Amino acid sequence: MRRGLTALRAIVLREALRFLGQRGRLVAALVRPLVWLLVFAAGFRAALGLSIIPPYQTYIAYETYIVPGLCGMILLFNGMQSSLSLTYDREMGSMKLLLTSPLPRWWLLVCKLMAGSVISILQAYAFLAIAALYGIQMPWQGYLLALPALFIAALMLGALGLALSSFIKQLENFAGVMNFVIFPMFFLSSALYPLWKMAEAGRVLHSICAANPFTHAVELIRFALYATPNLPALGWTLLALAAFMALALWGYDPARGMMRRKG
Amino acid sequence: MRCLLALALLAAPAQAGEIWVTNERDDTISVIDVETLEVVRTIPTGERPRGITFSKDFTRVYICASDSDTVQVMDAETGDILHELPSGEDPEQFVLHPDDRHLWIANEDDAVTTVVDVQTRTVVAQINVGIEPEGMAVSPDGKTVITTSETTNMAHWIDTESNSIFANTLVDSRPRHAEFTEDGTQLWVSSEIGGTVTVFSTDDQSEIAKIDFEVTGVHPDRVQPVGFEFTEDQKSVFVALGPSNHVAVVNAETFEVEDYILVGRRVWHMAFSPDKTLLFTTNGVSGDVTVIDVAARAATKTIKVGRFPWGAAMRP
Repeated sequence: MRRGLTALRAIVLREALRFLGQRGRLVAALVRPLVWLLVFAAGFRAALGLSIIPPYQTYIAYETYIVPGLCGMILLFNGMQSSLSLTYDREMGSMKLLLTSPLPRWWLLVCKLMAGSVISILQAYAFLAIAALYGIQMPWQGYLLALPALFIAALMLGALGLALSSFIKQLENFAGVMNFVIFPMFFLSSALYPLWKMAEAGRVLHSICAANPFTHAVELIRFALYATPNLPALGWTLLALAAFMALALWGYDPARGMMRRKG
Repeated sequence: MRCLLALALLAAPAQAGEIWVTNERDDTISVIDVETLEVVRTIPTGERPRGITFSKDFTRVYICASDSDTVQVMDAETGDILHELPSGEDPEQFVLHPDDRHLWIANEDDAVTTVVDVQTRTVVAQINVGIEPEGMAVSPDGKTVITTSETTNMAHWIDTESNSIFANTLVDSRPRHAEFTEDGTQLWVSSEIGGTVTVFSTDDQSEIAKIDFEVTGVHPDRVQPVGFEFTEDQKSVFVALGPSNHVAVVNAETFEVEDYILVGRRVWHMAFSPDKTLLFTTNGVSGDVTVIDVAARAATKTIKVGRFPWGAAMRP
C-alpha cells in the first residue's frame, strides 16, 4: 500500500516537473481556450442571448455557454498529451525503468492517469480564474463542485489517451490523434453548441453528439459549475472511463495486448 | 388592530409579495410569487392589458385594457373585475395620483390625457396633448403630471389644479416612459427610437443630462430605452432597453451607464420586489420575466409567463 502511494507520488511529481519544465505547454494550454473565449465567442452573434436550457436559469451570453466546453477542451488536449507522452517514454527508454517496478502494471497506469488529471485540473482552474476576471463568474459552490466533475472527466479523457497510446507506435502520430480523435470529439459535442441546436442541423449529427462521451463530460462539468446534479452525464462519463480504462489495461497487458506485437 | 396587522406585515419575511404582470396577447395577468419565483395565479382581463397599478392599500388593481377601451378595476384578492372606468379610447399607460383617487390616463389614439375619479367613476377632465400620448408620471407632491407623446416627441407638463399644460419640453424620438425622482427635483424621460433617456430639472424644466446607451454586439437601432426604475437608495436607475434584450444600470448622480444585464427578448417594464432587492423585467417577445439581483446586478432566473408580457406591478 505504502509503496503504491510512493509510486503515485513519484509519478505525479515527475508529471508536474515535466509540465513546469515545459513553460510553453502551460501557455499553450491556456491560450487555446482563451482564443476561443475571447475571439471566437466574442465575434459570435449571440449578444442577444441563448435560449434557456438547464442548468441555466436565465438567458446567457454565448461566452458564458462555452466556458464549460472549453474546460473540457483543456482536459481533452492535456489528457491526450500526457497519455501519449508514454509513447515518448517508450522511445526514450524511461518506460522500461517504470515497468521494472515491482508494482502491478495497472496501478502504474492509474498513477500515470491521475498525474495527468491533476495537471489538467490545475489548467482548467487557471482558465476558470481568467474567465472570472473576464466577467464570466459561476456561483461559488460551482467552483467547488467542479473539482470532482473535472477529475472524473479528466480521468475519462486520460484513459482514452492511454488506450490510444497503447496502439500508437510513434510520437509522430500525435497529429493523427489530433485530426481523428481530438477535433471530432470536440466539434461533435455540446461544447460549442447546445444539443438542441445540433438537432436542428440533423438527426444523425445530433445522435453522434449525444453518444459522444466528451458531450457527457462537458455536461457534467457544466452542471457542476452551476451546482446542479446531472446523474445521466455522471453515469455515462463513468461508464466511458471504465471502458477506456479496460481498453488501456488490455492494450498494455504484455501477455495479450498490443505491446507484445510491438515487441 | 390595523396597526398591529401592519406591523405584523412589516415583520414578515422580506421576500413575501407578488409581482403582477399583464400579458398583452393572452389577455391575462400572471401573478409571480416573489419567494418561490413561480407563477401562482393567472387571472383573465379585458383585451390587450398593458398598464397596471395598485391602489395605495393594494386592495384594488387598475388595468389598462387597451383594446377594450377601458380601465378595469379588479379585486386584488379574488381577481374579480369589480367595475370598469370610463377611460377614453385605447388607454395604454396611466398613473395614480398620490391622493389615491384620480387616475391620469394616456389615450393613445385620441391625443388626450383623461383624468378619472375612481370613486365617482366619472371623467373629471380631458386635456389635449401631443399625438400618441403614452408615458405618464406624477410628481411626489401631486402638483404636476407628465404625459409624453410618442409622435410629437414632447413631455407635456400638466398642472393638476388647473388641469392645463404649463410647459412642453422636446425629447428624442418616441418618448415612452417618464418618472420623477423621489425628491421631485428631476424628471426622467426615455425615448425609444432616439435611444436616449433625458433628465430634466423640475424647477425650470431645463435639460440636465442626456444618457446614451451602447450594448456590445447589438446594433444601435435595437437599443430602445422604454421602462425604467429607481433603486431604493435613488443612486441607480435600471433602464429596460427593448429589443437589445438588455437592462442598463445608470448611475443617477453621474448619469453614466455602469452595467448592462442580459435579460429576455424585448424587455418592456419592470417592478421591484417589496424589499427592492429583486427587479422583475417583462420580456415581451420571449414571453417571460427575468429576475435581476439588484445588488449583484445580475440576472438570476427567468420565469415563463403568458404571451407578450408588458406591464408589471408589485403587491406586498
